[in-house]
Amino acid sequence: MFHGLLKLPQVRGGVHPHGHKDRSAALHILKPDLPEKLYLPLRQHAGAEAVPVVKVGDKVLKGQLIAVAPSEISAPVHASSSGTVVEIGEIIAAHPSGLTTTAIVIETDGEDRWVELDILEDPYKEEPMTLADRVAGAGIVGMGGAIFPASVKLKQGAKHEIKTLLVNGSECEPYLTCDDRLMREKAEEIIEGARLIRHILRAYRVIIAIEDNKPEAIAAMQAASEAYGMVEVEVVPSRYPMGSAKQLIQHIVGREVPAGGRSTSVGVLVHNVGTVYAIYEALTFGKPLISRVVTVAGACVTRPRNVEALNGTPVEHLLQACGLDSEPAKLVLGGPMMGIPLPSKTVPTIKGATGLLALAKKEIPREQASPCIRCGSCVDACPMGLLPLDMAARSKVDDLDGAAEFGLSDCILCGSCAYVCPSHIPLVQFFNFAKGELDAKKSAAWKLEHTSKLSTAKQERIETEKAEKAAAKAAKRAARKRPAKKPDAAKPDATKEVKPVSAASEEEVV
Amino acid sequence: MLIAIIAITTLGAVLGTLLGLAGKFFAVEDENPLVAEVTDLMPGSQCGQCGYAGCAVGAKAIVDGEAPITLCPPGGRTLVESIATVLGVDPSSVGEVAEPQLASVDASLCVGCTKCLKACPTDAIVGATGQIHAVISSACTGCKKCLSTCAENCITMVDEPETLRSWHWPKPEAA
Repeated sequence: MFHGLLKLPQVRGGVHPHGHKDRSAALHILKPDLPEKLYLPLRQHAGAEAVPVVKVGDKVLKGQLIAVAPSEISAPVHASSSGTVVEIGEIIAAHPSGLTTTAIVIETDGEDRWVELDILEDPYKEEPMTLADRVAGAGIVGMGGAIFPASVKLKQGAKHEIKTLLVNGSECEPYLTCDDRLMREKAEEIIEGARLIRHILRAYRVIIAIEDNKPEAIAAMQAASEAYGMVEVEVVPSRYPMGSAKQLIQHIVGREVPAGGRSTSVGVLVHNVGTVYAIYEALTFGKPLISRVVTVAGACVTRPRNVEALNGTPVEHLLQACGLDSEPAKLVLGGPMMGIPLPSKTVPTIKGATGLLALAKKEIPREQASPCIRCGSCVDACPMGLLPLDMAARSKVDDLDGAAEFGLSDCILCGSCAYVCPSHIPLVQFFNFAKGELDAKKSAAWKLEHTSKLSTAKQERIETEKAEKAAAKAAKRAARKRPAKKPDAAKPDATKEVKPVSAASEEEVV
Repeated sequence: MLIAIIAITTLGAVLGTLLGLAGKFFAVEDENPLVAEVTDLMPGSQCGQCGYAGCAVGAKAIVDGEAPITLCPPGGRTLVESIATVLGVDPSSVGEVAEPQLASVDASLCVGCTKCLKACPTDAIVGATGQIHAVISSACTGCKKCLSTCAENCITMVDEPETLRSWHWPKPEAA
């Protein structure tokens, strides 16, 4: 009741782009036909590339593990339908660079037969860490687009005192309605998933945040959460980037995540509704993450709607299922603000693909930039309270340290600044460049340090080897001399002599 | 009179000892401390591509102004910039610095002689007798020491391939 009074700090900045959400939000989630081939990249997550455990020619079943995670920060990959592995090779990645990535290609057999699933009897009786390991085993990553392994977040969260589990259903990006549709159609499942996560984290309460432009989803979630006291639905105003974790936390909890800190440091853990649904499926039915809801929209699409796409489905297949009026001027994976331009129609959908937009020319912002007039619109729009114009001016002349001093590392790359810029300056593109360049420098510096350590280690090793060899030689000589003189007493004496000379053997003895 | 002599003598002895100790503890080494600092930054592979006998000698040449700060090919742009900060030089004034290249073993020619493994100062080449060798790109500095040891002539220097991890957005062309 007094929640509104206590929540003093208002989220700053933000923009109000046109939603374009009505058409795709009106239709049920479609299950498209099975594609002939599925292309499953080994890296669909933040972290190390998964390692294949199948060979070309192997028969696989739907949900079968085909690539394992080599480290903690990684995620396994599962076959999204039954069929035969026909290739493990390079395909064009869902990445703006147009570079290739390694993928497992499965020719589907049309049967769509599931592997036998390992179902928990009662997940609430299990230890939280066992459940978190199951989430890791199901290959679940942040499905709002961040693709960070969900289990890592759960395990880190379990170490802190989490007061609030925030289920992010705000979906602030224009065009996207996948979370909206999922909340309308799977409200009870999402609530159950949130309760399971609450059990893992031992969080005090669960808040489901939904933007006020989704009344049906709010009603559905409220109805589903009624039975549980600690689950609340909170309506947040529609404003981009409300769906960004930092902004959402500030709006709901009233605390700002410190620069360089994590949301756990203010006692909050945020999960997207898609992730929560995937966790529900994994913990209740033992199902790995093999499909997701993708919004197919844009002016070039005949029937914009949400589809449940199997991971690895080529985007071409989804566009065919929804119809394509004309050749799109730009193909985007994700939302129009933060999504990535796709280099080809053959790229597969991946775990983090929230939307697939076939945009016409009229939907793309003008690219010709004019000089900055220092109007300050970008400063007003920046949700992080930064000075985009100053950061861009420094990035432009390669003064990366200068840009960093203006808070480049706090920039969330939401694109609000570029959206409002009357001069059409590609502000967020400058920050993408500057952040990338800084990362490249950091890794080059790491390599220099790493290699110099390696070379000192090698020099030391060579020296010890030399010393050991010399010691062994000396020992041999000593051993040969002795027996000639006194064959009877030689043995005990020789060992006494040898010991102090050889450094290595002394170490072993000690 | 006697008191004055004793006082002055004691004072002299104490101050003299103090001076002597100070001279020992706060001694300035003959070597320029900048040289040690720059040497620490160098890759340490002692490859000699700069024309000097090892990294420490090269570092001394840089500090003495005999060599440009861009002398170290394996160090690349990163090293140039860190040396520039140490010496107080503007790094943008040195112009383009070539990115270091990496060694690459042609697997169809390699016979597994292990000669290059021994030559590599950073243990960047892995392999065993009779097994095809391979280069670990994260450990290779591009020092070219392996090139001359290879009897099969199967090692070449290549540009570091662009990967999804290393790629980043280019600078937008804008006003």
